[in-house]
Amino acid sequence: MTAMDAYNFAYLDEETKRMIRRALLKAVAIPGYQVPFASREMPMPYGWGTGGVQVTAACLMADDVLKVIDQGADDTTNAVSIRRFFQRTADVAVTEETEAATIIQTRHRIPEAALREGQIMVFQVPIPEPLRFLEPRETETRRMHALADYGLMQVKLYEDIARHGEIATAYAYPVRVEGRYVMDPSPIPKFDNPKLNDSPALMLFGAGREQRIYALPPYTQVESLDFDDHPFVASKADHACDICGATESYLDEVITDDQGGRMFVCSDTAFCRSRQGDAA
Amino acid sequence: MYVAVKGGERAIENAHAWLAEERRGDPTVSELSIAQIREQMTLAVNRVMAEGSLYDPDLAALAIKQARGDLIEAIFLIRAYRTTLPRLAGSNPVDTGAMVVSRRVSATFKDAPGGQILGPTFDYTHRLLDFALMAEGEAPPAAPTAPADPVAVPHILGFLDRDGLIEAATPSDLTPPDLTREPLELPADRALRLQSLTRGDEGFVLGLAYSTQRGYARNHAFVGELRIGTVAVEVDIPELGFAVEIGEIELTECETVNQFKGSKTEPAQFTRGYGLTFGQTERKAISMALVDRALRWRELGEDFTGAPAQDEEFVLSHCDNIQATGFLEHIKLPHYVDFQAELELIRSVRAAAFSQMEAAE
Amino acid sequence: MNMQPISGGFSNAPLQSATAFRAVLQAMSRPGLWQAIDGAAPPAPLSQASGALILTLADPNTPVHLAGTLDCDAVRGWITFHTGAPLVAAQDADFAVGAWDDLQPLDRFAIGTPEYPDRAATLIIELDGVPAANARLTGPGIDGEITAFCPGDRPTAFPLGLDLILTDGARIMGLPRSTGLEFL
Repeated sequence: MTAMDAYNFAYLDEETKRMIRRALLKAVAIPGYQVPFASREMPMPYGWGTGGVQVTAACLMADDVLKVIDQGADDTTNAVSIRRFFQRTADVAVTEETEAATIIQTRHRIPEAALREGQIMVFQVPIPEPLRFLEPRETETRRMHALADYGLMQVKLYEDIARHGEIATAYAYPVRVEGRYVMDPSPIPKFDNPKLNDSPALMLFGAGREQRIYALPPYTQVESLDFDDHPFVASKADHACDICGATESYLDEVITDDQGGRMFVCSDTAFCRSRQGDAA
Repeated sequence: MYVAVKGGERAIENAHAWLAEERRGDPTVSELSIAQIREQMTLAVNRVMAEGSLYDPDLAALAIKQARGDLIEAIFLIRAYRTTLPRLAGSNPVDTGAMVVSRRVSATFKDAPGGQILGPTFDYTHRLLDFALMAEGEAPPAAPTAPADPVAVPHILGFLDRDGLIEAATPSDLTPPDLTREPLELPADRALRLQSLTRGDEGFVLGLAYSTQRGYARNHAFVGELRIGTVAVEVDIPELGFAVEIGEIELTECETVNQFKGSKTEPAQFTRGYGLTFGQTERKAISMALVDRALRWRELGEDFTGAPAQDEEFVLSHCDNIQATGFLEHIKLPHYVDFQAELELIRSVRAAAFSQMEAAE
Repeated sequence: MNMQPISGGFSNAPLQSATAFRAVLQAMSRPGLWQAIDGAAPPAPLSQASGALILTLADPNTPVHLAGTLDCDAVRGWITFHTGAPLVAAQDADFAVGAWDDLQPLDRFAIGTPEYPDRAATLIIELDGVPAANARLTGPGIDGEITAFCPGDRPTAFPLGLDLILTDGARIMGLPRSTGLEFL
């Protein structure tokens, strides 16, 4: 595409990359704290991964191998679109294999395959503030984080239990980082929350429209909020994958007819395919 | 393998091809030129320049053509382009007092130096469809012109200012903050609020302004002056030691005169609201002035009544239509994974409730 | 004419600064481990590593403080030419570069505010050779614990604090404020 020839490596200009890189370093130094950054208008809509794209662009090296997933799958349209953007602007190698990737940009999932040291996960984040739905004002939530005043969140979780018998949050389930900041892990299913804890990979979170970057360094203690008498459970559909038979992977439910028929398949398409390969 | 939506490169490419075909429409109808859009869809071009924050009528026209007339999409194209441009220089503040006006009206004084100039306005047109335009007739006869009037057109509010009847607007040499290069930080100062409003969605700002007129933080605005015209843009060249004019832009400026502040110790004065926008965009400029005034409640010692137009965090967080449209439209992206998590949760909560009900029976 | 200020920058800034940044990102996310960083050839006495850090992170928006012998014409000229970063006093600095002793007292540097703990300085500390490990490090980025050399303690009241990057020739080690230090 000649249209992109006029743009810099990985699209962003160097000044913008420096600004994002400085924010990333502060984010790594203060795990779980949301660093404000001057998010740029990207050539894709806000809400479609502009934060993740800017973080990836600021991190990419020429010899990186990039994997992009949306809902766990490499072939969903927005994942295809973002992957193509970086192929075009950074001429970077791409892969669908989790193990082969050096940077994995994701929306809503953490891959099933174990991550390793040296890998970077980049999460696309719509609303980075875990307290936002309890308190809409940024000025208030910033003060709460400053004071580590998370009473509001405790009350909300407790009210859930009183009303529903369990904590009524199934995705974007809040975590506490190293006993200090309460953090939104992005809208991953709570099934994925345990993968955040003590991971060998570096986890970076970018929220473009909300202009925030935050991070979890490798080997960071990340606990999902819970109560002693209502401990956190990383739940998934109680089925095996109807394609590869995996029992430990997160599943998508697919409706197959209008008679109540359904099947369950791995949401991580690369994982599912690798198991089919093993079986064959 | 069965996967609900197989996206894939080809689906995207085909969608883009279809989009291009739809954009062009019936190929037996001649194609719109950029010049036609620029010259005949001027107000659309002006809105795209104002909310896109880029003064370039040709690019705005191109964006409108590419966006099939969807102005928010066109604004988005302009914003995404603008953000990649290098910052070569910062201009000096423009002097709207020296504006060459094409329109200038005051609702507060019947006449004033410089006069009332209606200019090219819809105001007194009767909104009757002009079927003659359907016939693609001749160009209209030239409008009568008056000889150029060398009389300066001073700001109306200057007359009130001279008598001390309106709050002083003290000039400042401080460089205003730049929303496009720094993250929004609250509370914002007035300069930042004005920058946000001038880029803000016309419909959103209009709705907020209208709400103040209907009593949600009513501030009794008079249009002290509305002026539209061209001003020179000057840039200091350090090597030369003076400023050079790099071009002219068309601006709309609205200054409102609002109900006064004052106390036993301080004589009453009118207060101000201010709007300034690219191009001929007067609905937006007037709306901006009303919302600016409503947002100044703290500085003017007024009460916060809880009205949306007074709420700086609410207004600034939601007035940008590119942010809003992106986030709104993203909910059509797949959310299978989060929804699946919700499904499991609701099934589990229901199962627990049913077993409790059974146990109770 | 003295050509020194203009030589020694990145020859391909987009690619080299990306590689250098990843070294810094790795250093800050794995405290106690040394990472190679190169591509810069700054004038003495500035190390290659510090040169690469400055080229990668500094620009007209980031005030830089030079301490001790680094505060010389050659280094000042090089930084100004390549980055445009304003050179400032300690309390105004986003980045400060110098030997440990020259950077003292550390309480001159910004450690952030409770609302904005990110508004804290990053200190780039030039070592000349790395002495034996003298501290046990724990915290985020560290698998259990690790021992490393640290020139001394720094003011920390997490989440406020200073983030340190040690340099030695063409390598760096990160010591973010989140790292617990226990001197042996």
